Amino acid sequence: MYPDNFRYSKEHEWVRLDGETATIGITDHAQEELGDIVYVDLPKPGAKVEQGKTLGTVESVKAVSEIYSPINGEVVEINPALADAPEKLNEDPHGEAWLVKVRVEGQAPLDQLMSAAEYQSYIGAEE
Amino acid sequence: MVDFGGWEMPIQYSGILEEHRVVRSSVGLFDVSHMGEIDICGPEAGDLTDFVTTNHARRLHIGQIQYSGLLYPHGGYVDDILVHKVAEDHYFLCVNASNQEKDFEHIRSHNRFDARVELTSDEYTQLAVQGPRAVETLQKVTPAELGSFRYYWFRDDEVAGVPARIARTGYTGEDGFEIYFAPSESERVWNELLVAGSEFGIKPCGLGARNTLRLESGYPLYGHELDASLTPVEAGLGSFCKFGKGDFVGRDALLRQKENGLTRALFGFEMCGRAIARDSCEVYFEGAPAGWVTSGSPSPTLNKNVGMCYLPSDRVSGPGQPIQVMIRSQLVDAVTVQLPFYKRPR
Repeated sequence: MYPDNFRYSKEHEWVRLDGETATIGITDHAQEELGDIVYVDLPKPGAKVEQGKTLGTVESVKAVSEIYSPINGEVVEINPALADAPEKLNEDPHGEAWLVKVRVEGQAPLDQLMSAAEYQSYIGAEE
Repeated sequence: MVDFGGWEMPIQYSGILEEHRVVRSSVGLFDVSHMGEIDICGPEAGDLTDFVTTNHARRLHIGQIQYSGLLYPHGGYVDDILVHKVAEDHYFLCVNASNQEKDFEHIRSHNRFDARVELTSDEYTQLAVQGPRAVETLQKVTPAELGSFRYYWFRDDEVAGVPARIARTGYTGEDGFEIYFAPSESERVWNELLVAGSEFGIKPCGLGARNTLRLESGYPLYGHELDASLTPVEAGLGSFCKFGKGDFVGRDALLRQKENGLTRALFGFEMCGRAIARDSCEVYFEGAPAGWVTSGSPSPTLNKNVGMCYLPSDRVSGPGQPIQVMIRSQLVDAVTVQLPFYKRPR
């Protein structure tokens, strides 16, 4: 369920690092908690993102939820499929429905993020 | 689960969209036991009910129901309610969960009649069976001839062998029933209704779908479209105020407001893009702040993002007016539209 090559934040985002590009998404647990997702608001390519600061918002029918960037960097690509099909976030949050790709600035703070096993015990304890 | 006036209530069971759609297309089951009940009894029960509510209670037939309001003397809402006439000397009120004590005290404070007011919420569970297959579903577990129930009428009979008040009312915009019975039987009746509706794909529905369904149907929700600072005239509910019936609490204030002209009114709107307006977002008209969003949500049936808002009625007239909604510090285009957003096909 939670890929081993991802790192996870306490705010339920995941990051996958390929060289200096980081792909960011929300976790399966997050989509489950949000319910039917109907709108995704993402920054434009070129925007700077900062660790711990708002990256965008995800809205379900009932709730608005902020997405926090787990790393510092510059947005190079946003997932074009989500504008017209935000429900993909409910279907494939760890795959097809990634949110943004970011060029990492400096050293990615991966040690501040959780492994798959750590994240699973984190959400286990939260419930 | 969320805390709702002391009740643990699920926002959703299987998902708001799925629950919403099953009510529009087939049948859904809601646990609305959090709703409050007040009984008004005695020789002058009708006089008291008419004095504290806006609609004409005494004109009801026995077994008939009306939508009504409890107002403060200044015309603002204490609550919006349903009035059931059980007998000449007995009226049964269904009120909003979080308002029940306030309503009870309000009615009692105006009771200079030969009538008794009782808060009876603890004596009732309320379940709502809603949707085009509601009649077929409920009919399997009640001897009452549901086909003969008119909309906004009720009868005392049995559901799943349990004595129950069966009312053809609802808060979804679909056909359906609201059923009141003893809390000790809740689980059994709930389960039997789920079995009865299984061939129609019945689903338990939570507060989330209840809200999107009522919003599409343009029904107000206390705390959103209605509160102590808003009157029925502003909310577009003037037709539920019967000025000819004699005096009632708030009557003079409403008449003054009608005479002086309205400064604001409730409008429906649709977002032009994909952004969703949410409750209490600021609304701009002609480039300046002019009102606020009372309810906003995606409409699963229309596949659009809709909402209701208060705007200056002297400047904004009718549907088709361009407005803007402030969403996360950005002005987003929207347009006023006719309420309700959805009407069931008949």
